Amino acid sequence: MKSTMGIILTGGKNSRLKELSLERSIAAVPFGGKYRVIDFTLSNMVNSGITNVGVITQYNIRSLMDHLGSGKEWDLDRKNEGLFIFPPYLSEFGSGWYKGTADALYNNLTFLLRSDEEFVVIGQGYAIYNMEFDPMLEQHINKNADITIACRNMSDFSFNDQKNMGMVQIDDDGRIIDFMEKPLNPKNNLGSMGVYIIRRKLLIELLQDSAAKGQTELVQDIIVKNTDTLRIYSYIFNGYWRPLSNIQLYYRTNMELLNPKVRNELFMSRRKIFTKVKDEAPAKYNEEARVRNSIVADGCIIEGEVENCVLFRGVRIMKGAVVKNSLIMQGSVVESNTHLSYCILDKGVTITAGKTLNGDSEWPLIVGKNVKV
Amino acid sequence: MTRKEIVALLLAGGQGSRLGVLTKNIAKPAVLYGGKYRIIDFTLSNCINSGIDTVGVLTQYQPLKLNSHIGIGKPWDLDRVNGGITILAPYMKTEKGEWYSGTADAVYQNIHYVNEMSPKYVIILSGDHIYKMNYSEMLEYHKETKADATISVIDVPYEEASRYGIMNTREDGTIYEFEEKPQNPKSTLASMGIYIFNWDCLREYLINDHLKSNSDHDFGKNIIPAMLADGKRMLAYRFAGYWRDVGTIQAYWESTINLTERIPDFNMYDPYWKIYTPNPVYPAHFIGDTGKVEKSIIAEGCMVYGTVKNSVIFPGVTINEGAYIEDSIIMSDALIGANSEIYCSIIGESSVIGNNAKCGVGEFAESTYNPKVYDSKITVIGSNTVIPNNTVLGKNVVIDNYITPHDFESNFIPSGGALIKGGDNE
Repeated sequence: MKSTMGIILTGGKNSRLKELSLERSIAAVPFGGKYRVIDFTLSNMVNSGITNVGVITQYNIRSLMDHLGSGKEWDLDRKNEGLFIFPPYLSEFGSGWYKGTADALYNNLTFLLRSDEEFVVIGQGYAIYNMEFDPMLEQHINKNADITIACRNMSDFSFNDQKNMGMVQIDDDGRIIDFMEKPLNPKNNLGSMGVYIIRRKLLIELLQDSAAKGQTELVQDIIVKNTDTLRIYSYIFNGYWRPLSNIQLYYRTNMELLNPKVRNELFMSRRKIFTKVKDEAPAKYNEEARVRNSIVADGCIIEGEVENCVLFRGVRIMKGAVVKNSLIMQGSVVESNTHLSYCILDKGVTITAGKTLNGDSEWPLIVGKNVKV
Repeated sequence: MTRKEIVALLLAGGQGSRLGVLTKNIAKPAVLYGGKYRIIDFTLSNCINSGIDTVGVLTQYQPLKLNSHIGIGKPWDLDRVNGGITILAPYMKTEKGEWYSGTADAVYQNIHYVNEMSPKYVIILSGDHIYKMNYSEMLEYHKETKADATISVIDVPYEEASRYGIMNTREDGTIYEFEEKPQNPKSTLASMGIYIFNWDCLREYLINDHLKSNSDHDFGKNIIPAMLADGKRMLAYRFAGYWRDVGTIQAYWESTINLTERIPDFNMYDPYWKIYTPNPVYPAHFIGDTGKVEKSIIAEGCMVYGTVKNSVIFPGVTINEGAYIEDSIIMSDALIGANSEIYCSIIGESSVIGNNAKCGVGEFAESTYNPKVYDSKITVIGSNTVIPNNTVLGKNVVIDNYITPHDFESNFIPSGGALIKGGDNE
């Protein structure tokens, strides 16, 4: 992609993923057997030819930093450009914590000033999708837009989920005439994916301007207030997209990977999703293993019964264990003769022999990191 | 350049001719193994796990796959500023270019590479074996015993001893005699082809050996006997773990299928001795609604809608509904058609087995093509080959690499049969 840099916002404090995001930001939450949520937006940028990516971080950044490292898995360990991570900092002028998305960008204005790309793609670290930004940039240029926002038909989300999104109204040309952030009564199904394309110099101007007014939010202060004065266009994306903004969506999105259509769209296109590698040996099934309709990562050893599950790396399912409709994260051990259904086990959990844990499909039971039950 | 205590030289030029079509286009160290790895990964991982960070890999036979696999050594953490991995291919000199004529000659031609690092010791390794070994313990032994050369040996059953190079030792572990494949072995200590030498001493012997026109320029045949004859201090270092030369189709198959045992002879799941390899970019594998997996190893990126039993499946393999796979090894990115049946077979990389095809059925028959290489009930299908729908292959059948449906004259190849396309480098 021509002369474009990337910025990924990994969000502020979020406890909507309950125990899973207590110790890490959503971007760093494990997903789909071997990934972290941020892998998707980051890989999308890399697959669109972007080689200069800044990741803006705030809360619980340790596990995100550990995951991203030097960026070598995404081919972003470069001499020039590459991967940059921006945690909050204190200075003569700055207060430290980012007060909002625009404030976070403003605090790292130097990154924008020093880069020389013409355009910026801003993405979110909380969404699961496989998207190429090239056609969106092409449309941005053709429409002579100031800002282009990736939007999609959100009718595959519940009314309640839609109320937490940014919903837009467009005219016949695709120009956004109204942007409602978290509307009480969404008027239609077109919602923002939180992916923006904007000319770098315009972004710098807008950020300086809003900072001077004491404004801090990209959406509320820059986009919503400027639908009249700026040419803000929608770009319609028809693919699969899920924001992991609550535990139901997190659970549901993991489970949707069992659908071959979703899995193929996310992983089997020529645009690969990259992640940090762990060098585990392939998964091993012993004689007693009975596995159906499940995703199994490397390093697992299975002797029990598994149905409709996602098993992350290095999970042990021992003899006589029956695990259904559950997500079992890296290094967890399910001992013999246990029964689990609708559970989410965080990393390193041990379920001792003979236990029974039942969650609900809407409210899966979450067992926190390194807990022994 | 900083001086290194020890430099490893990994001989990876072997053809491994007894692996038949599996090594027709790639060197033996590049053959896939264990559901994810290539054979050379075990030796390279041993190096880095033993703290050896300077490795020269000597290639000769079909090095393309090997070169791209190794790259700059990233997966093994061998992409270093100082040391790291270096591929040492035969090269042209002012007067003429020379192939490596033997293992000792290969090292001789790269004396300048080792000299640059001026190490005290060199360890000579081969990329042909499956094992986990801490070379730093062997080096400690070499230093403690003040040896000129230390040779790693393994106790083999007496009946098999005549297939190996046998070290006859005194009680203190010093070697007094080396016998290559002796008729009547005096000991059961077989050389593993792993040597540690004091570099100054080895260099002298390599230079002398190079000048002898009647020498095979081989470590086992020439260098070791010459050192023994001169009364150099040579020690046998006993190794007790798993060590296999997977040099024949039968040995390759047996050792791979053994990995599916509850407690296999070789443990790939040791967190303190990881085996490294370039990781393919694939999602975790998927077992479908109709999939059934029993006593098997399945790698990332696979999609299993059929039945898999007692088998090892490499990354990116698709097994369609109704397919039945037993006692088989399916290499990366192969596609197994619906309702096909595969028994006791090895399917090469990116090959396609058609719908309703059968592999490895019927009774064993001697190979009509090459009974020396193909001497078991295992059917071997090369890489990038397409077996048409409804084709039936017997036992001990061999199908070449890059075979297309047009190459099949009938849809039945009886046991012991073969389908080989031109090219005679097998």
